[in-house]
Amino acid sequence: MEFGPHLLLAVIEGSVGAAVLALTALGLSLVFGVMRVVNVAHGEFYMLGAVIAWYVATFLGAHPAVGFVGALILAPALVAVIAMLVDWLALKRVGYDPEATIVATIGFGYIFQQLTLMGFGPEARPVDPPFNSRIALPWFEFGENGLEFYFPWGLSVTSYKLFVIGAAAVLLIGFWLMLSRSKIGLVMRATELDRETAQAFGIPVDRVYAIVFGLGAGLAALAAVLIVPIQQAHYLMGHDPLLLSFIVVIIGGLGSIRGTIVAALLIGLSDGIISVFFSPTLAKIIATLLVAFVLVFRPQGLYGKKAA
Amino acid sequence: MKTHLLHLALIGLLFALGFILPDYHQGNFSRIMVLAIYAMGYNVMFGYTGMLSLGHAMFFAAGMYGFGLSVQLGDLGVIPAMLLALLGTAAFAALVGALSLRTIGVGFMIVTLMFAQAVYLTILYAGKYTRGDEGFVLQPEARTIAGMALNQPDIRYFTALMLFGLVLLGTGLLVRSNFGSVLVAVRENEERTRMLGYDVIAHKMGAVVVSGVISGLSGATYAALFGYVGASFATVQYSIFPLLWVLLGGMGTTLGPFVGALLMFYLIDYSSGLTNAYMLIVGVALVLLVLFARAGIIGEIRKRWVPWLP
Repeated sequence: MEFGPHLLLAVIEGSVGAAVLALTALGLSLVFGVMRVVNVAHGEFYMLGAVIAWYVATFLGAHPAVGFVGALILAPALVAVIAMLVDWLALKRVGYDPEATIVATIGFGYIFQQLTLMGFGPEARPVDPPFNSRIALPWFEFGENGLEFYFPWGLSVTSYKLFVIGAAAVLLIGFWLMLSRSKIGLVMRATELDRETAQAFGIPVDRVYAIVFGLGAGLAALAAVLIVPIQQAHYLMGHDPLLLSFIVVIIGGLGSIRGTIVAALLIGLSDGIISVFFSPTLAKIIATLLVAFVLVFRPQGLYGKKAA
Repeated sequence: MKTHLLHLALIGLLFALGFILPDYHQGNFSRIMVLAIYAMGYNVMFGYTGMLSLGHAMFFAAGMYGFGLSVQLGDLGVIPAMLLALLGTAAFAALVGALSLRTIGVGFMIVTLMFAQAVYLTILYAGKYTRGDEGFVLQPEARTIAGMALNQPDIRYFTALMLFGLVLLGTGLLVRSNFGSVLVAVRENEERTRMLGYDVIAHKMGAVVVSGVISGLSGATYAALFGYVGASFATVQYSIFPLLWVLLGGMGTTLGPFVGALLMFYLIDYSSGLTNAYMLIVGVALVLLVLFARAGIIGEIRKRWVPWLP
C-alpha cells in the first residue's frame, strides 16, 4: 500500500482508539474533578466491563446482536454497582484522603485483576460483533490519465468500527448534556465547586460521590464493551487504557471535561498514527515523558484552570 | 543508644540465623534482606519525608542495570561496577528530584509513576543491550570479590546481611540527625518548616537522592548476589512492593521495612503455592492496611506499648 491510503487507514484505526479513549478518560476525569480522587483501579473497571460483556454474550447465546445489546446494558450497570461498593467500603471510610485513596484503589485494582484471573482464566476471549460487514474505501490519485479513482487492496473498514466511532460521539454528547442541562449534572458541578457549601445547601454529598464514582467506572466499562468485539477480553487488558487515560486527563487538565475530550482525540489519533509508522514502544516513551513534563511545567494542563 | 542496641540485636539475630536456617529459608532470607534495603530506601522518602512515590522501581532498576551492564558490557569487577552503579543512580535521582519536586501531592505521585514507566519502556526499547523482558544472566565467574564467589549460599547470605546491617544502622543515624529531624518536620508541616527558615526543597532533594541511592544499592546487590537482571524489576509492580512493605511494617520506623518485607515475602511465597493469582494477597493487604492499620505493625506497637521505637 502507498503512503496516502496507509495514512487514511491509520487515521481510521486511530479514531476508533480515540473514541474509546475519550469515554474511558472522561470517567477518570469526572471522578478526579468532582471527588479529587485518583482512581488507579480505573483500568480494572474497564477490564471488568469487557469480561462481564463476554459472560453476558455467552450466557445469552442467541444472535450476536442480542448478546451485544445485553452486554451494553448489563456490563456498565454491574461495574457501576461494584464501584459504588468500593466507594462505600473503602473510599468513604478513609475520608477521601488523596494518599489513602490511591493506595486503596491500587489494592482494589489487584483484587479485581486477580479474581478475574481465578474466575475467567488467563485466556483472551472474543465477543462477536453484532454486525461486521467490510466496507472497501476508495482512493483518488492523479495518474497519467488525470484523476484516477480506485479501491486499493487492504484499504477497508468494518461497519462495526464506524459504529464504535458514532456510538462514542453520541454518548459523549449525551454525557455533556446531562452534565450541563440536567439536575443531577448541576448537583455534581455544585459538589465539584465547593463540597462544604453544597452540603450546607442540602445536597447529599456522600450520595453524589457514590454516584459519580459509579458513573466514572460505568463509562470505562461502556468503552470496554464497545471495544471488546475488536480486541479480546483479557485479565490484563486494563493496563494500557489506564495509562493512556492518565495521559489524557493530565494533558487535558485535571478535571476539565472539554480538555479531556480534546486531549483524548489528540492522543488517540496520534497514538494510532505513530504506532502504524514507528515503534509503539518509542511512541509510549515519548507520551509518558510528555505527560511528566506537562505536569512539571504546566500542572494545570492545556485546558485546565490555573491551580489554586 | 537504645535505637542502635536494638538494631545491633536484630543484626546479631540474623547473623545467628545464617548458621541455623535450612538452605531454602537461608536463600529466602538473603533475598528478603536485599529487598528490605530497597524498602528502607523507600521509607526515607515516604515514611520520614512524607513523599509518596509510585515509581521507585526506576531507582532499583537504575542500580540493577547500572551494575549489570557495567559487568556484562564493561567487563568491570564487582566493586567498581557497584560504585559506578551507585554514582549513576545518584545522578539519576538528582535529575528526577530536580524535575519532580516542582510538583507536590497527587502531581508528584503521577510524575514519578510516569518517569518510572518511561524508564521501563526505555529498557524494553534498548533491547539490544538489555535483552528486554527476557533479561540477562550474569555469569558466576563475573561475580566474585577477591576469590569469593557471591553465588555461594553462605557468602551470599552474609554479604546481604552486611549491606543490610550497614543501611539499617545508617538510617538509624540518619533519622536521629538534624537532617532527619527536618525531614520529619517537612512531613508533618511543610509550610511551617519553611517559615522556620529551613530550605524545604533542598531537604526534599536530599531525601530523594538518599532514598534513590539506597534503592539503587538494593538493585545492584540483587544483581550481584542472584545474577539476574530483567525488565520485570522495573515494572509498576516493583514500585508498589516497597510501598506495601513499608505500609505493612510501619512507615517512618526503622525496623518496619524489614518486618514488612519479611511477612509479605513469606505470605506471597506460601500463597503462590496455592494459586497463580497470588497478587490477590497484595491487593487485599493494601486495602486492609489503609482501612484498619495506617501505622503498620511496628507503628502500632510504637503507638500502644513502646513509644521510644525509632
